[in-house]
Amino acid sequence: MNTLIYTSVLGFTTMLMEVLNLRKFIVPLAVIGLAVIFGLNLQDWNQPSTHFNDMLGVSNFSVAFSGLALFITMIILVMAGEYYTNDENHISDYVTILIFITAGAMMMMSFNNLVMMFLGIETLSIALYALAGSKRFDTRSNEAGFKYFLMGSFASAILLFGIALVYGSVHSFHLSLISSFISENSTLPPMFITGVILIGFAMLFKVSAAPFHFWAPDVYEGAPALITAFMSTLVKIAGFAALYRLVTIGFNNGTPQTDQMLYVVAILTLLTGNLSALAQDNFKRLMAYSGISHAGYMLLIVLSAKSHVSSTLFYYSAAYAVAGLAAFSVALPVFKSTGSELLSAFNGLGKKNPVMAAGLTMAMIGMAGIPPFAGFFGKFYLFTKAFESGLFYIVLLAVINSMIGVYYYFKVIMAMYGKQPDETQIENPLSYQLVMWVCTALSLIWGIVPSLLTDLLL
Amino acid sequence: MTNLLQTPEATQNWYLLLSTVLFSIGVIGVLFRRNALIILMCVELMLNAVNLLLVSISAYSGNVDGQVFVFFIMVVAAAEVAVGLALMVSIYRSIGSIDINVLNKLKW
Repeated sequence: MNTLIYTSVLGFTTMLMEVLNLRKFIVPLAVIGLAVIFGLNLQDWNQPSTHFNDMLGVSNFSVAFSGLALFITMIILVMAGEYYTNDENHISDYVTILIFITAGAMMMMSFNNLVMMFLGIETLSIALYALAGSKRFDTRSNEAGFKYFLMGSFASAILLFGIALVYGSVHSFHLSLISSFISENSTLPPMFITGVILIGFAMLFKVSAAPFHFWAPDVYEGAPALITAFMSTLVKIAGFAALYRLVTIGFNNGTPQTDQMLYVVAILTLLTGNLSALAQDNFKRLMAYSGISHAGYMLLIVLSAKSHVSSTLFYYSAAYAVAGLAAFSVALPVFKSTGSELLSAFNGLGKKNPVMAAGLTMAMIGMAGIPPFAGFFGKFYLFTKAFESGLFYIVLLAVINSMIGVYYYFKVIMAMYGKQPDETQIENPLSYQLVMWVCTALSLIWGIVPSLLTDLLL
Repeated sequence: MTNLLQTPEATQNWYLLLSTVLFSIGVIGVLFRRNALIILMCVELMLNAVNLLLVSISAYSGNVDGQVFVFFIMVVAAAEVAVGLALMVSIYRSIGSIDINVLNKLKW
């Protein structure tokens, strides 16, 4: 809980520094501050506690995921310093909003009460609407922000109606009371089931699972590339942490109704994500569909929630995050130098800048789930756990889908090595290189020694 | 009608019905209207239907949590509208319309 307070204070500090004319120091201070908070966060390890009348519960689960959230934000802020060099007047706005999004994500990872979950989701979403539309003079960015706002607020209203219906039957917002309500009643009232399903719809919308995924490609494509990187990593992980926490603590590892719903949604998500990704020629759109297919894999973890798979979810999230961040740390300078966000922007990168091409290749291999990178073991543990929980057919489908996935990840690699380069030179600033090396190294280390992360949570 | 209103449970069901109807009107508005401002108002209608439901459940069950949650929802709705109207202004400046059919730069 202290982590949450420190993060919010850091957000206010960066906002105040703009007023105090310390604009140059905002990004360094925010990065150092997040690193310090990352350390302080670890103090709560193995010390479960509840705060604010059991509204927030600190557990190893929340500490691990908050640490991951802080790490991702740190990486994004390192890149933000470089990304916003032409827009220094607003740097404090961007940094502050990014930090507050992290605070919202941390609320989503440690809630014990539906009120807290709602507040976390809204803190994260409302800030993201603003960030997605933050390129004010770019029509596409405006459109992305606006579409995200309309659909996101619609989903929030549905989430609220679900919460209200659950409250109507349980007369409480506490996850533990909802859980005991489920175990005490052999036949659940229809009002409760409707509420749970509506909450499920809204959460599936937030993690962009099919058939609620339609906003994701548009928003990812239109939003500024750095924000796309942020959305495809932290926001997705926070959504899944919240969904997992909701299912395990609140809904007794899933009622039959929710399991059926998740089963169908997982199949749809896997197929839609992977098959639509095949046809994409825009890198951000490709990453959006790749994110949808990863959401499908992560739904398998939520489906097998009975067999204590929080470490699998954490490992998969961490592997996915570092691969995504490494990919964007190469893509951002390429977008900037070529002025294009299509896959053709990467043509001949292997000849022009072999180091960047190697970094992106490793990121793509990691995302596709090929050893020795962490992405492979993430998928491996995920399939094993899902198989052990008796999800045979869907695991088979997921394996086939991850083979389809290899094709579109290799499309990027083929563009880099197989196509002829054009004249434009790619400038690669130091901070992007740093991020690329750190993320690739982590992906490799976690891939070679998976027990570093998998033994963390039980 | 009067008989139905005599027991607390029956009255509560009427409130449930009323807020479901209001919520559905909001959903239909969001799905079928093309003007962004009206869609925003329909979302607000949905949120207020939820508020009504929470308050009525809270009053009949004697549990205050629901009424407190309503305040949170109001605050969040205000923040949401602030961001939403700002986005709407910027989209009006760049496109000159807030009809959502005009939002087709990004293909579906």
